[in-house]
Amino acid sequence: MEKKRFTLSIFTENTVGLLTRITLIFTRRKINIESLTTSASEIDNVHRFTVVFNSSHENAIKVLKQIEKQVDVIKCFCYEDQDIIFQEIALYKVSIHNLHEGNEVENIVRKSHARILAAQPDFLVIEKTGHEYETHELYEQLKPFGLMQFARSGRIALAKERQEVSAMLRDLAENSI
Amino acid sequence: MTNTLSGKSQGNEVPTKKKVTGAEAVVLSLLEEGVDILFGYPGGAIMPVYDELYKYQDQLKHVLVRHEQGAVHAAQGFARVTNDVGVCIATSGPGATNLITGIADAMIDSTPLVCITGQVAKHLLGTDAFQETDVVGISMPVTKWNYQVTKASEIPEAIAKAFYLAKSGRPGPVLIDITKNAQFEEFDFEYKKCEKVRSYKPVEPAEESTLEEAAKLINEAKKPYILVGQGVILSEAQKEFIEFVEKTGAPVASTLLGLSAVSADHPQYVGYLGMHGNYGPNVKTNECDVLIAIGMRFDDRVTGDLSRYAKQAKVIHFEIDPAEIDKNVKTDVAVIADAKEALTRLLPKLENRTHDAWLEEFRACDRLEEEKVHVNDFAPDTKKPKMAEVVKMLSEMTEGKAVIVTDVGQHQMVTTRYYEFRQSVSNVTSGGLGTMGFALPAAIGAKFGKRDREVVMIAGDGGFQMTLQELGTIMQEKLPVKILILNNSFLGMVRQWQQMFFERRYSFTEMDNPDFVKLAGAFDIEAMRVSDRESLHDGLTAMLNSEESFLLEVVVEKETNVFPMIPTGESVSNVRLE
Ligand SMILES: Cc1ncc(C[n+]2csc(CCOP(=O)(O)OP(=O)(O)O)c2C)c(N)n1
Repeated sequence: MEKKRFTLSIFTENTVGLLTRITLIFTRRKINIESLTTSASEIDNVHRFTVVFNSSHENAIKVLKQIEKQVDVIKCFCYEDQDIIFQEIALYKVSIHNLHEGNEVENIVRKSHARILAAQPDFLVIEKTGHEYETHELYEQLKPFGLMQFARSGRIALAKERQEVSAMLRDLAENSI
Repeated sequence: MTNTLSGKSQGNEVPTKKKVTGAEAVVLSLLEEGVDILFGYPGGAIMPVYDELYKYQDQLKHVLVRHEQGAVHAAQGFARVTNDVGVCIATSGPGATNLITGIADAMIDSTPLVCITGQVAKHLLGTDAFQETDVVGISMPVTKWNYQVTKASEIPEAIAKAFYLAKSGRPGPVLIDITKNAQFEEFDFEYKKCEKVRSYKPVEPAEESTLEEAAKLINEAKKPYILVGQGVILSEAQKEFIEFVEKTGAPVASTLLGLSAVSADHPQYVGYLGMHGNYGPNVKTNECDVLIAIGMRFDDRVTGDLSRYAKQAKVIHFEIDPAEIDKNVKTDVAVIADAKEALTRLLPKLENRTHDAWLEEFRACDRLEEEKVHVNDFAPDTKKPKMAEVVKMLSEMTEGKAVIVTDVGQHQMVTTRYYEFRQSVSNVTSGGLGTMGFALPAAIGAKFGKRDREVVMIAGDGGFQMTLQELGTIMQEKLPVKILILNNSFLGMVRQWQQMFFERRYSFTEMDNPDFVKLAGAFDIEAMRVSDRESLHDGLTAMLNSEESFLLEVVVEKETNVFPMIPTGESVSNVRLE
């Protein structure tokens, strides 16, 4: 079966242990999680998990149903990339000693719409927000200068269509206790 | 994240207020939920609660089992025959981990349980303290919900939520782990039953359009075929179900856990599905035009090879759990609802139909099965009786009206094939997990749940020895459970597979057994051994006539096989008769 990339937006209660319950659903099926972020949502006491994984459409739906079945899960939505606006953030630490021509890195940073987050005597920390391929592109460009450290966050995503999510959230606000 | 009970539950009963310790709150909460019996085993981390149990003995009976696995299986047996929540209790660490097998069993068989475990004091959590185990972590994959209480004041709400979640929607086990400090702390006790949890949708009414579609398909079907599962029993929809069966005129077959939902002598009942089920019910799955599954989940032991399962049929699935829809078998119409509600609304939409020619096709299969299988199962060509003969005689002598609790193995398949259930809620067995050692403790729970019914447990020599210490519980409680051991001195079911698929290499499946009669004697339980056909009737009579617990060991033919059989990965069409 053809595999695609799916993003789940999971709205949950803010309870201890729920992260494990959600990840177990993937673990049991031997589905590798590409990225997972969790944070507050637009509603008080409602948390949002964003999980990215590759699978067939059929299995993605099965995973979604198993997640929705968890007691503390309020609602789960499954998206393909075209349905959402999503971003990741990447940080790059570059050694200053390798920067023979000072403005070369500056040019790269400017062209890629990144920014210098911190400049220390020994190194620069550059920040870039974008899709994975964009942060990866910058990674490739900075590599020749001696990348000391690199870290990329998980994906965060918002749905393009408004109806379903907003209706659900309105509903929630009314029922919240 | 904060460590509080969120997704707050809501209830509306008038609260009672009283200053109590957490331990007393546990007992009071159980009483508020109408619990009058629980199964358990004490230990350090749960001692404050035990101290309260001592105080409340006249209102809340505690049954001391001999192993925590016994407690949880007993709670399961109780839940299965009463359709109520079973409750068990254990200490931290080893006590808690000993519950896990039973919890996993309850999870897969949708049995409502509330399990309460003690835990080390809050300040010791995560320090590898004496008898500390992360039971919340361990039980996560096998509970519907679990929660660790670290403050006494959380106890009423946690327990109320536990009962609500265990019983509502698709039932299942929940676990509440209570730290020792929370058991000692005092607080103002008030209790509100839980009736709603924001993030949890137990079940909604069936969608009218799906009922219309289902009715249309059923009314137009030429060869409709009904499969009944435990969901019908859990939603107490037996009456509506029989009406449904009779209106459609369709043949009806049962899953392992659905057995007894329809009386075995119902004219449209055609038998039992699955790997060791009846011939007709299996092969006809691939000949029907509309397959109507109610409260069953298309387990792989029922479907065999999915790519060759009911491909020709339109599938209608009545199911309470949305996650079961299309999980294994793609449906044409999914009715997501409680079986009773859905059937009640479906009935007026159905036309009266008969399908005699189609039913006759099943009867033809029955005759073939009789000719090929029953001849071997009942032929008195062996010196020792065969399992099937024992079960058939038991079925006749009890008129199909006993509560039958089976263990796991050949005897289980033989019993479910040949015991003719005539009364609903009479079949207690470990279906999804297939847990050996289930029967003896589950029978204890079942007897406590239905004191007025004959409870007969049937086990193999292997499985019986996995939890035989519970004979002690029977002794102490003077509980009239009937124990039938079908002793073939083999782990019979595994031996059968070794014979069929591993060239008769009987690798570690032959067993030297203790003297079961003497063993029963040590527990002050009357017992008898029967090894020939002639004394079988006398043995069963002695067992059934006894007012007390009675162990009957029947030494059966050592190497017999259970047929029909669908070998793993095969299609239901390829069910083997020999
Ligand atoms: C706890 C557990 N361990 C192992 C098994 C695998 N198993 C299934 S049936 C069986 C043999 C059962 O033998 P016995 O209890 O003597 O019953 P018989 O098949 O002879 O009727 C075994 C070992 C199991 N189901 N459960």
